[in-house]
Amino acid sequence: MARATRRIGRKRRYATMLKKAAQLIFYRRHMEPGVKGWELRRRLGSDYPKVVALLDEYLKSIGLTVKTVFEGESPPENPAIDQLDKARFYITLREELSLEDMKFIGWRIDDLAGLAVSLAYIISKGGKAPKKDVESLLKTKLPEWRVEMNLSRYLRMGYLMEDENEQLYLGWRARAEVDQKKLIDLLLEYEI
Amino acid sequence: MTSKRSHRIAREELRRIIEFCRVVENRGLNPFTVNVNDLIAVIRSYFPSLKDPEDLSLDAEALNRIASIIKMQSEWVKRRATSLYRDPFLIEEKLRRLSMQDLAKVFLKTWHPIVELEQVTIGSLRMAMDYWESLAPLSERWSEEELLKVMTERTTREDLVRQGILRDEAFLSEIEKMWKELKEAVRSEGRMDYWDFIGAESYEETIRRAYLTSFLVTYGYASLEIQPLEEKIFIKPNEKPIPKTSSQPVSFPIPVDYERWRKWRERRGE
Repeated sequence: MARATRRIGRKRRYATMLKKAAQLIFYRRHMEPGVKGWELRRRLGSDYPKVVALLDEYLKSIGLTVKTVFEGESPPENPAIDQLDKARFYITLREELSLEDMKFIGWRIDDLAGLAVSLAYIISKGGKAPKKDVESLLKTKLPEWRVEMNLSRYLRMGYLMEDENEQLYLGWRARAEVDQKKLIDLLLEYEI
Repeated sequence: MTSKRSHRIAREELRRIIEFCRVVENRGLNPFTVNVNDLIAVIRSYFPSLKDPEDLSLDAEALNRIASIIKMQSEWVKRRATSLYRDPFLIEEKLRRLSMQDLAKVFLKTWHPIVELEQVTIGSLRMAMDYWESLAPLSERWSEEELLKVMTERTTREDLVRQGILRDEAFLSEIEKMWKELKEAVRSEGRMDYWDFIGAESYEETIRRAYLTSFLVTYGYASLEIQPLEEKIFIKPNEKPIPKTSSQPVSFPIPVDYERWRKWRERRGE
C-alpha cells in the first residue's frame, strides 16, 4: 500500500516536472529560444536529463523532439552531466518537411535554397568561409539584391554569424536545426 | 647607409610575411601552402639587426601570424580526420550544378526548425498588471527628475571633511606632509609627473591628493610646469614656500576625471 502511494507520488512529481520542462523549453525568455541545461537543473532538479527524455518521448506522438546542442563542434557520445549543463535544449520538428510544408512556414524556395548553399559551403570549408565567396556563389543563381537581403536575413535569424574580418560561420540556429553531416552526404549523393 | 637599407629590407620582408599569412587566414586557403620553417628562418635572420620598437613589434606580429597558421594547420588535419570531411571542391561543384528546387529538396530532408512559443500567458499578464499598478504616473516621475537638478558651486574644505574626502586634522600640517612627500619623491630630478604624484590606489584617494596638491601650488609650496604641446604637467617642489604676492594669481584647471585615473592605473600596470 505504502509502495503504491510512493509510486503515485513519484508519477505526479514527474508529471509536474514534465509540464515545467515543456514550458521552459517552449517559451522564449532570452534572445535565443530554448534553455540551458543548468537552467533546467535549477528548476527541475538534478535528474532533469530523465525529465527531458520523458518529454521527448511525449512529444514524439505530435512529431516534435527535444534537440540537445552541445558546446564544441562534435556532440559527445555519452555526455557527462557538466556537458549537459552547458548544452542548450530546443524543441524542433522530428520529421522531415516536404516542399508543400515549406509554404506554410513562410519560406520561399529561393530563400531556402540560398540557405542550403550558404550552410553547405561553410561546412565544406571547415565551418568558416569569407562572406565574399559565399556571396559570389549565391550570385550565380540569385539576383544581387536578393543575395544581400537573404544573407542579412540568415544572419539576423541566427543561421549564420559574421566576424569583423567578414568571415561567415554557422550560427546557433543552424547548429540546432540542421543535420550537417546528412546535408553534405545528401548533396554528394544527389544525382543530377 | 647599408644599415639603413638592410633595415628597410627587413621591414618589407616582415610586412610581406604578415600580409601573406593574413591572406591565407582570411581566405581560408590551405594552410599547408605556407612553409612555416622558411618563414621562421627569414624572421630569425633579421631579428639580430632589429632595434627600433616599431621593427620589433613587426617581428612579433609576424611571429603571431605564423602561430595562427600553425593553429590552422592543426585544425585542418583534425577536420580531415573527422567523418564530416568531404572534398570542398566536390561540394562546391554540386552546389553550382543543382537547381534551386533540388537544393531546397535536399535541405528539407536535413532541416528540423525550432518550435517555440511567444504568446502572453496568464502569469506574465498578472506580472505586467502588477507592474503597471505600481508604476508612478509620468508627471510624478518627471517631477522627481527635476528635483535632482542641482547648481554647480564651489566645494569648501568643510564640505570635503563632511563627505569624508579630507580627514579632520590640521589642514596645513597635511599640506606640509604632502610637500615633504613631494620633495622625497622628486629627489635629484627636481620635478615629477603631476599624475604620478596625485595618483593613488583608489579614485577617492586620488581626488583627495589632487585637492591637497592644488593648495600646495596655491600656497607656494610647489609650482607646476605645463607643456601644452606634449600635454604633460609636472610638479616641482619649492625649497621654501614662496608667497605669491608680486604677480597676478593664475588659475589652471586640471580635470581629474575617473577615465583619466583609470588610464593612469593601466599605464602603471596596476
